[in-house]
Amino acid sequence: MSTESKTETILELKNIHTSYGEINAIKDVSLQIYKGEIVTLLGSNGAGKTTILHTISGLLHPKKGEILFNNKAIEKLAAHKITGLGLAQSPEGRQVFANLSIKENLEMGAYLRKDKQQINNDFDFVYSLFPKLKERSSQLAQTLSGGEQQMLAIARAYMSRPKLLLLDEPSLGIAPILVGSIFRAIKEINSQGMSILLVEQNAYLALNISNRAYVLKNGEIALQGLSSELLSNPEIKKAYLGH
Amino acid sequence: MSQQTIFYLWDCLQYLINGITQGSLYALVALGYTMVYGIIRLVNFAHGEFLMIGAMCGFYAIRANQPMGVAIILAMLSSGIIAIIVERVVYRPIRKSGRIPALITAIGTSLFFQYFGQLTFGADPKTIPPFMVEKIYTFGEITISNLQIGILLITLFVLFFLWWLTHFTKMGKAMRATSYNLPAAELMGINTNQIISFTFFLGAAIAGLGGMLMGYTMSVEPLMGMNLGTKAFVSAVVGGIGIIPGAALGGYILGIAENMVAGLYKSSYRDGVSFFILILILLIKPSGLLGKNTKEKV
Repeated sequence: MSTESKTETILELKNIHTSYGEINAIKDVSLQIYKGEIVTLLGSNGAGKTTILHTISGLLHPKKGEILFNNKAIEKLAAHKITGLGLAQSPEGRQVFANLSIKENLEMGAYLRKDKQQINNDFDFVYSLFPKLKERSSQLAQTLSGGEQQMLAIARAYMSRPKLLLLDEPSLGIAPILVGSIFRAIKEINSQGMSILLVEQNAYLALNISNRAYVLKNGEIALQGLSSELLSNPEIKKAYLGH
Repeated sequence: MSQQTIFYLWDCLQYLINGITQGSLYALVALGYTMVYGIIRLVNFAHGEFLMIGAMCGFYAIRANQPMGVAIILAMLSSGIIAIIVERVVYRPIRKSGRIPALITAIGTSLFFQYFGQLTFGADPKTIPPFMVEKIYTFGEITISNLQIGILLITLFVLFFLWWLTHFTKMGKAMRATSYNLPAAELMGINTNQIISFTFFLGAAIAGLGGMLMGYTMSVEPLMGMNLGTKAFVSAVVGGIGIIPGAALGGYILGIAENMVAGLYKSSYRDGVSFFILILILLIKPSGLLGKNTKEKV
């Protein structure tokens, strides 16, 4: 949470408009992520959070606007090229490769890397982060529980060693007992200097581990600020924190 | 046992052996069908035509006095390259338009190549010689040729190669990942268009190989892909479309059933039996023999 690391922007969205079929459009969204930050994106279902992440990752392309990643315009690039620049996503609903083993899923995360030694170190790191994955590394991902699949999805995205990691709803639909360990892992990944954009339903947890937050309403940024301030914002409390 | 029963059993064994040969050839064609379906959920009706183009090129290579090995490699390459071009020019632009437009486009592509073949190569059947000098061995009442053994061994080798490729190479693992979830594979940094091109190439090249191996049992002609493509489609669906071992299993079931029925009952039922099996599978287990219905875990 140090303030001096906030000087350099890693990702900047400038007036982005995207439509996803006819629904879930996002309008004129601008946001910034600074190096080393965790930024939370809050919003109700259908507010356009996943659309924003897909637009950043290149699975969708914006109709208007500009996306700068490390000062390079990426809004027209194919998704696999964007991953190659150091931007990974753990998608909503995990989307692990159920027909591949856990180890193979992680290998796919490291698909573009050639540094064998460092890849092995990263395997050790994600296995220490999520020991369940190590125990079952040769089993098919479809044998994992939802929470374990979430761990795998995060670990898989980490394996590309991104500079910026996008996490879409890491706590959605998983056992409460696992939510804590997933958020501890997110914190630990961030402490290595990886910037994180976190989309989350669990606003309380997300605001507690993030530096700043944006609130999305009907596809537009309705509110933004320091997470600590948003936690005590009456409007946020009413809409997302349930009191 | 009466003399008659013993002859009957010998006959069955002979039909089984012939069926395994036929099944190997169906398997070689069905593999590409199932691989393409597995990766982009497209029933590629033009697959049989890729085989036909390859077999034609192989035929002309042999006529130009090239050795059989060279002809087979040329056949595989030309099938594969045609498949890459068709994917790039025809299928890729409509990939996001839904499955019915894709299906209709595939049928159109198939027809295009059938008429293109008749215009370019002529409608007359052409003969490819056996891929090696034929030797026939006799065991009791049955005969088996070195060609039949060769076809079986080559098919088993292709199956082993595909298993190795998909489980032990980065490319093969990326193929499996892409076939399971294409957008997620893109997020890994996998160039899925490249993987799709490669899958088309590989599937068609294997079909081209099949075309050269079966050339001596049937003539090469522009419409040959229609019947073979249908049989390969049935094989793939029977085994579970999208599943590589399923395509081989389906091919062998079809080949053996056809030969048994043709030999023991009536040869006019040869083609009918494959559709009977197809209907049976669709009624009992629509996902195919090796197919399973997976559900998302919560």
